Amino acid sequence: MPLLDIRNLSVDFATASGQFRAVDGVDVSVDTGDILAIVGESGSGKSVSMLAMMGLLPWTATITADVMSFGGQDLRGLSDRQRRKIIGKDMAMIFQEPMSSLNPCFTAGFQIKEALRLHLGLDAKERHAKAVELFEMVGIPAPEDRLKAFPHQLSGGMNQRVMIAMAIACSPKLLIADEPTTALDVTIQAQILDLLTGLQRETGMALILITHDMGVVAETAERVQVQYAGQKVEEQPVGDLFETPHHPYTAALLAALPERATSRKLPTIPGVVPGQFDRPAGCLFSPRCQFADDRCRSTPPAPCGPELGLARCHYPLNAKAEVTA
Amino acid sequence: MNTPVVVAENLTRHYDVKGGLFSKGGTVRAVSETSFKLEPGKTLAVVGESGCGKSTLARLITMIEEPTSGTFAIGGDNVTPETWARHRADVQIVFQDPYGSLNPRQRIGSILEEPLKINRPDMPAAEREAKARDMLKLVGLRPEHFDRYPHMFSGGQRQRIAVARALMLEPKVLVLDEPVSALDLSIQSQILNLLVDLQERLGLAYLFISHDLSVVKHMADDIIVMYLGRPVEVGPKAEIFAKPRHPYTKALLSATPMADPKAKKTRIKLEGELPSPLNVPAGCAFAPRCWKVKDKCRAERPTLGDEGHPAACFFPEA
Repeated sequence: MPLLDIRNLSVDFATASGQFRAVDGVDVSVDTGDILAIVGESGSGKSVSMLAMMGLLPWTATITADVMSFGGQDLRGLSDRQRRKIIGKDMAMIFQEPMSSLNPCFTAGFQIKEALRLHLGLDAKERHAKAVELFEMVGIPAPEDRLKAFPHQLSGGMNQRVMIAMAIACSPKLLIADEPTTALDVTIQAQILDLLTGLQRETGMALILITHDMGVVAETAERVQVQYAGQKVEEQPVGDLFETPHHPYTAALLAALPERATSRKLPTIPGVVPGQFDRPAGCLFSPRCQFADDRCRSTPPAPCGPELGLARCHYPLNAKAEVTA
Repeated sequence: MNTPVVVAENLTRHYDVKGGLFSKGGTVRAVSETSFKLEPGKTLAVVGESGCGKSTLARLITMIEEPTSGTFAIGGDNVTPETWARHRADVQIVFQDPYGSLNPRQRIGSILEEPLKINRPDMPAAEREAKARDMLKLVGLRPEHFDRYPHMFSGGQRQRIAVARALMLEPKVLVLDEPVSALDLSIQSQILNLLVDLQERLGLAYLFISHDLSVVKHMADDIIVMYLGRPVEVGPKAEIFAKPRHPYTKALLSATPMADPKAKKTRIKLEGELPSPLNVPAGCAFAPRCWKVKDKCRAERPTLGDEGHPAACFFPEA
């Protein structure tokens, strides 16, 4: 049984102009020691599905799922009090903007010790020792001084290290990193990614990396799940995904990378991601797909088998001869 | 070789910071002694991390700010604050965030016509509108978009509008300040294609500011790598990517993630972070993070040499 098992998760938001489905039948399954990357453009529902699991969505959201279990415990119908025992301890999350996810009114030390006090019940002395140890683990120089620093006195990279230290403070079984390096410079990004994968190897926790950067995916992840307009359209091990993408969207996305360009002109994906009012009847990608026909436009495709990367497509690409025959 | 449209020599911009109750004042050396040439139909890319002075450079070239010292000339004509008004039409800028750079209360048509209203006051309204409609077509938008408001467009379309607005005065130089970093991958390639296409058609010179090396590799002809306000390496794109000479360039290239899971990686791990521009190290600015640092680097500042492609380092890579 996987550590995290989510099946058929859907999230609807009640907006002034009606229901909006942000996540549509997504499955996520992660085991201890896995590094799963969730890739997608803005609006693909990659963050929302994780926030739904953490119970961090506002009351306007309606969350439904067939299965949502973490470490054998059903997450559906947990009270807030019960949920708070799990999140921050066994399941932790770091966010994109390190500057705005720390509280500017409290020192970095206060904020990390708060987690230690609530979840582990350490006394003041132990808390301090543990906080210093954690800061050393994430590579913060002069940890004693940095514990007393306020977030505005630290750089973006340092703040992200503080966030990571807070997230791993209670040795979580699952760490969710939501675009952890998007706001950082390239050389700092490299440091943070190395730190995350290093910690993952050392502690054996599961890591879910949410990102839109194909480069980060290629270098960090083991398994990749591609989302488009709230649906999971494909899932494959990282090497296979880059070599033989099965869903036309994945293929088009990879072709649009400037570093894969063969000429001055880049291949493009025409059109834009469908919004609340122009969701197509059939396959959600059909209006932008170069292979789409009438069947794609009328019937939503079901996911293919695992040999085709669970691609949600009637005509998956790179299918082996015997499969199509 | 073409005659360059912009020649910049030793451009420098320092900001004085006033001391407060608890801190002393100082000087932020945002850009120091930067020289370059922009040729028509070519793209010069400026790369570097935040705080390296790339955006300040854009502000100097677009005449938003006056350089502390150094000069630049447009079409052989020296630019000083007195002649700014005359030259401004030649240099236009496209900003990073297409959501923040368009006025939400203006229709697209009036956004496009505004530069003409101000700069060509004697142009008849009908001609102005015709020009704006032509421009809309040129950047790949439809005629019915003319009367819409910015909120009705997606990020990619807004960036097209921003490009169209910048082109209304028929500039020679377009400064592109991170034009695609706020856009999704599938939209990014559309805008990059548009920029390539416009450059070919109109012979524009681009000053392309970006931190994304894969985009730079696709777009640029020449590259300036900046670190803490100074260029550390200058050269043609192919040479910089194939044979980086400055250790910082090498580290930057190795830190950029490649979208190829099979690529062999020898990542150079840089220790520490960018020093504050208030307090630039005495010798080579990169010395505190460099793995090849020697005593000489801490004492003296290396200058851009002129052998090969110039790199400001005492011990450049072979």
